[in-house]
Amino acid sequence: MGFPHTPHPRETLVLSKHFGDTDARTYKGWVKRGGYEMLNQALAMEPAAIIEEVKASGLRGRGGAGFPTGLKWSFMPREKKKPHYLCVNADESEPGTFKDREIMRWTPHGLLEGTAIAAHAIQADVTYIYIRGEFTEAWDIMERALAEANAAGVFGKIKIYLHRGAGAYICGEETAMMNSIEGKRGNPRIKPPFPAAAGLFGMPTTINNVETLAAVPLILENGAAWYKGLCLSNPKSTGTKLLSVCGHVQKPGNYEVTMGFPLKDLLYDLCGGMRPGRTLKAVIPGGSSVPILNREEAESTLLDYEGCVEKGTMLGSGGVIVFDDSADLVYQIMRLARFYAHESCAQCTQCREGTAWTTKILERILAGQGKMADLDLLLDLADNMTGKTICVLSDSCAAPVVSGIKKFRNEFEAYITGNRKPVIAA
Amino acid sequence: MSAGMSMHASGTEEYQAVFTGATLERLQEILTRYPNRQAALLPALWLVQEARGWISDRNMAEVAELLGLTPAYVKGVVTFYTMYHQHPVGKNFVQVCTTSPCNICGAEDVAMAFLEHTGAKELGATSPDGNWTVIEVECLGACGFATPVMINDDFIESVTPDKVPELVRKYR
Ligand SMILES: Cc1cc2nc3c(=O)[nH]c(=O)nc-3n(C[C@H](O)[C@H](O)[C@H](O)COP(=O)(O)O)c2cc1C
Ligand code: FES
Repeated sequence: MGFPHTPHPRETLVLSKHFGDTDARTYKGWVKRGGYEMLNQALAMEPAAIIEEVKASGLRGRGGAGFPTGLKWSFMPREKKKPHYLCVNADESEPGTFKDREIMRWTPHGLLEGTAIAAHAIQADVTYIYIRGEFTEAWDIMERALAEANAAGVFGKIKIYLHRGAGAYICGEETAMMNSIEGKRGNPRIKPPFPAAAGLFGMPTTINNVETLAAVPLILENGAAWYKGLCLSNPKSTGTKLLSVCGHVQKPGNYEVTMGFPLKDLLYDLCGGMRPGRTLKAVIPGGSSVPILNREEAESTLLDYEGCVEKGTMLGSGGVIVFDDSADLVYQIMRLARFYAHESCAQCTQCREGTAWTTKILERILAGQGKMADLDLLLDLADNMTGKTICVLSDSCAAPVVSGIKKFRNEFEAYITGNRKPVIAA
Repeated sequence: MSAGMSMHASGTEEYQAVFTGATLERLQEILTRYPNRQAALLPALWLVQEARGWISDRNMAEVAELLGLTPAYVKGVVTFYTMYHQHPVGKNFVQVCTTSPCNICGAEDVAMAFLEHTGAKELGATSPDGNWTVIEVECLGACGFATPVMINDDFIESVTPDKVPELVRKYR
């Protein structure tokens, strides 16, 4: 198993402070580092007080949508009439994203502590941590940590169980996840009802991402004002963000920076820049579901929710995919479309047909059999795939296609005019 | 994922109940975690696959019976999730991520190297000695450690084509 890189001086180590430290993984090691202290305090607090503190910190969901966490918790019924559930989203399957895995590998007790605090805040009786099936190593580490913490009795009445996924990106979508836990196919549900009203087993439910929950004990420990102060740009984006950088940089990996950090500095300073003789071509900053940035845009983007929106993209999950001038964007966008076609649950026609046809048309272009009209056809398809389905998997497929054609049209055209040799068989 | 179809026809292996003894006890413990039996379906299917290497129709019926579901329902769930094998696969099951982030780092060459060195030859097929099935999979959630490969339950990071022969020797 790989160890993380030595931290860069410009990183802000909050969640990743103990990455690479195997002793922090054990219950004893975690307690020695002050772990579970905040859980003890939280269990003695009124749930509403915890929710207020998290609200005040400005913490927003790190799973992709950036929804304010305290606000989400406040949607749960105050007066408990039915069982409440918490689901922890450790399904991490968005291409470009590999931060939750790192949190589980290195600080499993940090995640468990945040989970238990959240469970107390929303008065959840039972919590399921849904870990994608392929994360065997993270599973083993989490299982061991959970057993240790249970043996030490740190969770009080709160019950925490691990639930293993079985290979389906869509189960990262919150309502699909609830179906999956219920022993069903992972089809997303129509909302409303929202999970806080009727979620898992029809009961009030909250779903949070691993990185979101891992931040909670630290917020309680250092205070909402401290967390809010971690901000380099827009005050609506607070705290630190783990950015998973992959693709064509010298030093890929997880980097933790304060919200608002310049993407340019992340790439050229922290990640060591491009490979020798290569230049930056494009960046997808928030996992494969968000629009592509060209070099100019990327080099002027500030990494927070608003900074990314300003450039026409999204911070999403913080999976930063870097393409240098050697990358064939047409081929790579086809691969992303193929990913979405493979992962579509196939409930909605626009998604089932749209992802499959997008892939087929891109394959046709790559095989040298495309027509100029195909580009408009792709854009038209994308339009029909956006904002029209139960969940946003369909929109996610359209995002790289639309932005790719808009910003790198000449690459598509080169295949169509025959200026570029076909790379796949017809 | 239609792995291993070329090797065995499904159902040729003799049916063996999985949920006896210790495995049944494990299922019973799992059932205590959920408010109904159906929710234990994914964990129960994992237990079958752990014990048998794949999930046959007969074993789906066994699970259905235990959880109060119909065999058709169970099959509908099994087919949704790519990690459950509906057919036997090679002794070593190799999954290579070739989604874009890994793809631009040479992942397809890694997959090809596995095909060559294992003798599996074709993606999804099983090698003549029954030892290897190699497939390409979508993002394994370790994109910064291109190319991640799963061999059975082992998650191996930063695999390059030149590391493949040694890995194949190790698992053979
Ligand atoms: C297709 C799809 C896949 C998703 N995959 C994940 C995932 O793997 N992990 C995750 O945390 N959120 C994922 N999400 C977002 C979740 O639906 C949900 O917003 C999130 O888990 C909420 O947690 P947060 O508020 O803490 O971010 C996905 C959403 C969609 C539409
Ligand atoms: S793209 Fe290969 S692990 Fe994510």
